[in-house]
Amino acid sequence: MVRLEPRRQHSQAMVYLSPVLAILMTLVVGGIIFAFLGKNPFDALYTFFILPINNSYGISELFVKATPLVIIAVGLAMGFRANVWNIGAEGQLTMGAIFGGGLALYFHDSESILLMPAMFVLGALGGAFWAAIPALLRTKFNANEILTSLMLTYVATLFLSFLVHGPWRNPEGFNFPESRPFPDAGLLPIIFEGSRVHLGTAVAVFVVIAGWLLLSKSVIGFQLRVVGKAPQAARHVGFRQKRMVWFTLLLGGALAGLAGLFEVSGPIGQLQPSISPGYGFTAIIVAFLGRLHPVGILFGGLIMALTYLGGELAQITLGLPNAVTGLFQGILLFFLLACDVLTKYRIRFGTIAAKGRTA
Amino acid sequence: MEWIVPFILTVITASTPLLLAATGELVTEKSGVLNLGVEGMMLVGAIAGFAVTASSGSAILGILAAIVAGTLMSLIFAFLTLTLMANQVATGLALTIFGVGFSALVGSGFVGFAIDPLPALSIPGISAIPILGPILFGQDFLVYLSIAAVIGVGWFLAKSRAGLVLKAVGDSHHSAHAIGYSVIKIRYLATMFGGAMAGLGGAYLSLSYTPMWAENMTAGRGWIALALVVFATWRPGRLVAGAYMFGLISVMQLHAQGAGIHVPSQFMSMLPYLATVIVLVIISSDRAKIRLNAPACIGQAFRAAQ
Repeated sequence: MVRLEPRRQHSQAMVYLSPVLAILMTLVVGGIIFAFLGKNPFDALYTFFILPINNSYGISELFVKATPLVIIAVGLAMGFRANVWNIGAEGQLTMGAIFGGGLALYFHDSESILLMPAMFVLGALGGAFWAAIPALLRTKFNANEILTSLMLTYVATLFLSFLVHGPWRNPEGFNFPESRPFPDAGLLPIIFEGSRVHLGTAVAVFVVIAGWLLLSKSVIGFQLRVVGKAPQAARHVGFRQKRMVWFTLLLGGALAGLAGLFEVSGPIGQLQPSISPGYGFTAIIVAFLGRLHPVGILFGGLIMALTYLGGELAQITLGLPNAVTGLFQGILLFFLLACDVLTKYRIRFGTIAAKGRTA
Repeated sequence: MEWIVPFILTVITASTPLLLAATGELVTEKSGVLNLGVEGMMLVGAIAGFAVTASSGSAILGILAAIVAGTLMSLIFAFLTLTLMANQVATGLALTIFGVGFSALVGSGFVGFAIDPLPALSIPGISAIPILGPILFGQDFLVYLSIAAVIGVGWFLAKSRAGLVLKAVGDSHHSAHAIGYSVIKIRYLATMFGGAMAGLGGAYLSLSYTPMWAENMTAGRGWIALALVVFATWRPGRLVAGAYMFGLISVMQLHAQGAGIHVPSQFMSMLPYLATVIVLVIISSDRAKIRLNAPACIGQAFRAAQ
């Protein structure tokens, strides 16, 4: 008989080994799925995971896709540590894009170097504003932030759709539902020539370092670590749960908003009905894959970015539906959660009676 | 007044998938398990029902396939959270992400297919009675099933011995275990029932509401069903009221344009989501009521002491 036996201490090795195991298992299952879809599994896996990054342009695209994932996931991880489940980052991303992008549209013939910094601020404010609603409803009215933050995602997406179909539609366009292109002063500078890697990628690295410092050196970071490990102890010492809810939601919202602004003022360059292939949801997986730690999230973000690139390439060269990306992401999270059981428990073979004899 | 009957009929069709999925989730939650993967289970149920109906020509087979698919999805969840004791919130999210991807992958071969919608009940003479006939006696059988299921669940939880055991497991798993009930087995069964009902709710969408398949066609209904369970404060009777209220709100957007209300369509589409938030706020702010009715062990992992 196989059974789980609690470890006296959490296994530190398993904390780091579990994502590796989960990725390997996802690759095996991925190969089986490709075989079912009538493709040679090795060719398909090669196309999905190696081909996209075997040239320098591919690697630069990996950074472009990882940028929003890492920025959002660092914010979400802080909340997850404190049991604050903000799953509406996609909506906060959208609101950040609307606020920051709206400024670029208002000053559409500006050449001022102040436009970009102002867009940064508004983007972060937009996301924080959208996350403040679930924070208020949770702290004041006890409403579950999982459901409210998700519902607000649908509202934000519909609001963006209204704007680009209506008042913000490009008056010089061909009636397409999209805004004017942003002015040059409202576009993020490219930091590697010949690629699409923009200033936002540098900000993502900064966010990782800042998040790491926040978690390891600050008082609130200490509280986040304690709340995650021993919620009851945290309550006894008097950490205020409400402050935690506000802090993590506002931080997560601001970062998601910033990520949304970077998408529209970076790779996209205007507002349009769809500005994200679900970065806000994928970032949830990135946060777990990165062990809720900013540095881990950096690696997690690169891996999940690869699933987007691989999905696009597999669609073009193998004719596989784009949905394979989401499928892989879900399976990876399943395996990750399953492997994580090994950090708290060890697998024992044999019966309880056998254990009794040794005791 | 000739618009009133078609209006009520669309409210019923919009409410039924919510009621089916929420009834299942209510039972799951009563056993102490919070499965946030309803949206994913509904989507997989929707594509399973549609694909099998389109391939076999039999709606009955399609509905059975949706039940099986929803149950299998819930088994993934149950294995991870009940056997491996993974975090229920994270696993529920994973189930939804997986369900969105999996249904889109299977469904990519079925976009643009047409099927006949589920046949409506037709009793000669009775179904033709003005107004009441088509409303009470002219629905497809999943509508009747949704009402029957909620009544059945109400009876089960309030009157049956098994229902009392299920509630005991949800309220105090350690005591239930001490008396000798198998907490894990009961939670497995309650979670599977939730999956089967979510699968049915999804199938209602793809077989009756809009007889076709489209990626992400549930459009957040799984999440609204979760909110409905809170709205109902875990009581089946109030679930019916909640589901029909949301059905009403979601069809209002279709009829607003016809009634001469000129609000941009996007704002009308926001209504169900905004209503969900407002309803959650109103219900949740009554903390005493929530504490009284919510299963005390909801979301907590259980491991028998050895």
